[in-house]
Amino acid sequence: MTRRRSPWLYLAPALILLITFTYVPVGNMIWYSFHSWDGLKPAMEPVGLGNYVRVFTDEQYWRVFLISLYYFAASFAQIAIALYFAVILSFSTRFRNLFKGILFFPYLLNGVAVGFVFLYFFQPGGTLDTLLGGHTPLWLGDPDVANFSLAGTSVWRFTGLTFVLFLGAIQSIPGEIYEAAEIDGANRWHQVRHIIVPGIKRIISLSFILAISGSLSAFEIPFIMTGGANGTTTFVIQAYQTAFGFRKIGLASAMAVVLLLIVLLVTWIQRRLVPDEEVTLS
Amino acid sequence: MIPRIGKYASLVLASFVVLVPLVVVLFASFKTHAEYASTGPLTPPRNWLNFANFATAWSHGHMLRGFVNTTIILVVSLAGTIAVGTLAAYAISRFSFPFKRLVLGLFLVAALVPGVTTQVATYQIVKSMGLVDTLGSAVVLFLGTDIVSIYIFIQFIQSIPRSLDEAAVLDGASRFTVYRRVILPLMKPAIATVVIIKGIAIYNEFYIPFLYLRSPGLNVISTALFRFKGPYGAQWETIAACTMIVIIPTVVVFLVLQRFIYNGVTAGATK
Repeated sequence: MTRRRSPWLYLAPALILLITFTYVPVGNMIWYSFHSWDGLKPAMEPVGLGNYVRVFTDEQYWRVFLISLYYFAASFAQIAIALYFAVILSFSTRFRNLFKGILFFPYLLNGVAVGFVFLYFFQPGGTLDTLLGGHTPLWLGDPDVANFSLAGTSVWRFTGLTFVLFLGAIQSIPGEIYEAAEIDGANRWHQVRHIIVPGIKRIISLSFILAISGSLSAFEIPFIMTGGANGTTTFVIQAYQTAFGFRKIGLASAMAVVLLLIVLLVTWIQRRLVPDEEVTLS
Repeated sequence: MIPRIGKYASLVLASFVVLVPLVVVLFASFKTHAEYASTGPLTPPRNWLNFANFATAWSHGHMLRGFVNTTIILVVSLAGTIAVGTLAAYAISRFSFPFKRLVLGLFLVAALVPGVTTQVATYQIVKSMGLVDTLGSAVVLFLGTDIVSIYIFIQFIQSIPRSLDEAAVLDGASRFTVYRRVILPLMKPAIATVVIIKGIAIYNEFYIPFLYLRSPGLNVISTALFRFKGPYGAQWETIAACTMIVIIPTVVVFLVLQRFIYNGVTAGATK
């Protein structure tokens, strides 16, 4: 009897937490999304697909998808920069560890601190204006520029992570392959093109997934730096304000369900395109 | 020769891009109010020992309380994560039981759900538990949303030879004694990885404390810094000092634990 029960005893804390804080919220969220509810009243009013219709037709709500395109575009720059530095630092370089540390370090910083550092950096007459001199735009105040400034800040913050992931993957390629290639007369560019890039394909595709879900769930940088003003409201800021500011739990849930479906769909597509070589669990 | 110069030039340029925004904040934090107003951001401070802004930020920003609250949440959540995660990993890798694939599937799918999306509904659950505006809310959420650590534990535990368990069982040890005396001590490297990546994540977390710990007495590092800006909005030299107070512990931890951090972050992100 005890033999049967005991694995469940070991699993119980983890399973209870998993169900309470992941599966029950997802279930509730789907349920809320078909209702109109302020989070306080005992009764919810069913509205069918009304909330979803609103998410896709009200400009205030669908506009946030467009904002995430700035962050998505920025993540291409991020992947390119990370790949460039991972490749050059995988060959022997002076002060290699110092450069690696400097490039990676921003990723470890507190998001609020990063937000303040860049508020200071972008403020009128601040660091950036001093460096550029002359006539400069309002980096965070001008709606045409603000999203570029915020997406740029995201690149500053997250490139280090992508870089270290790429560097780790490149270093796990066995050294003999390069030696063999050199004997065959391959130059550095050939090595990059035919050994490094194919060798880290999986991690590059993982970075694209992280880029898509990351750009849809961009929150800290814009929330701390502009609070969503000047046309910088992102998906999560909008959902936050809808739920906790305007107390429209149903509508905010519909937004969250849409976001969740997009993330799951993208992950599924990635798994189909680049199958996992290593099935590690069970 | 030219490509080599290009390589170092690009590295130096990137280092400047990373460091300049931080260094100017460090400059500002040592300037007096008058000095800040009269000098440009790229001018170093006149007196590198002017800690007045740090003192103001530390006391008026209630940073001590922030550090205490962050430490409490950090210690309790980490201890909990290790206990819950290693027990679950032990069950999954060392027992065979019905619905094991289903359980694994539940953990796998949950890893795909981004935490920020479900907060709308999670908030109602935490509220119904009466935990909103208590440190307990942050603790249960850091425990409950953690699937990456369980992964790291499962992967590690599978590399521990089963013959060790079997030998202990032959000596009359119970399954729990095997976990406690054999498995847990061998899991130290995995535990260190989890402590590092989760420790950094908790120290930096903003959304959960911002949403659940609203009263000023419950400020953690992130929210203390965030709320400090309101009343000091125009005094950038003080905000700069407060920002530095938050950044410095990260610099120290990074310098001391560099190698472990790289490994931990890689293990955590690619799971």
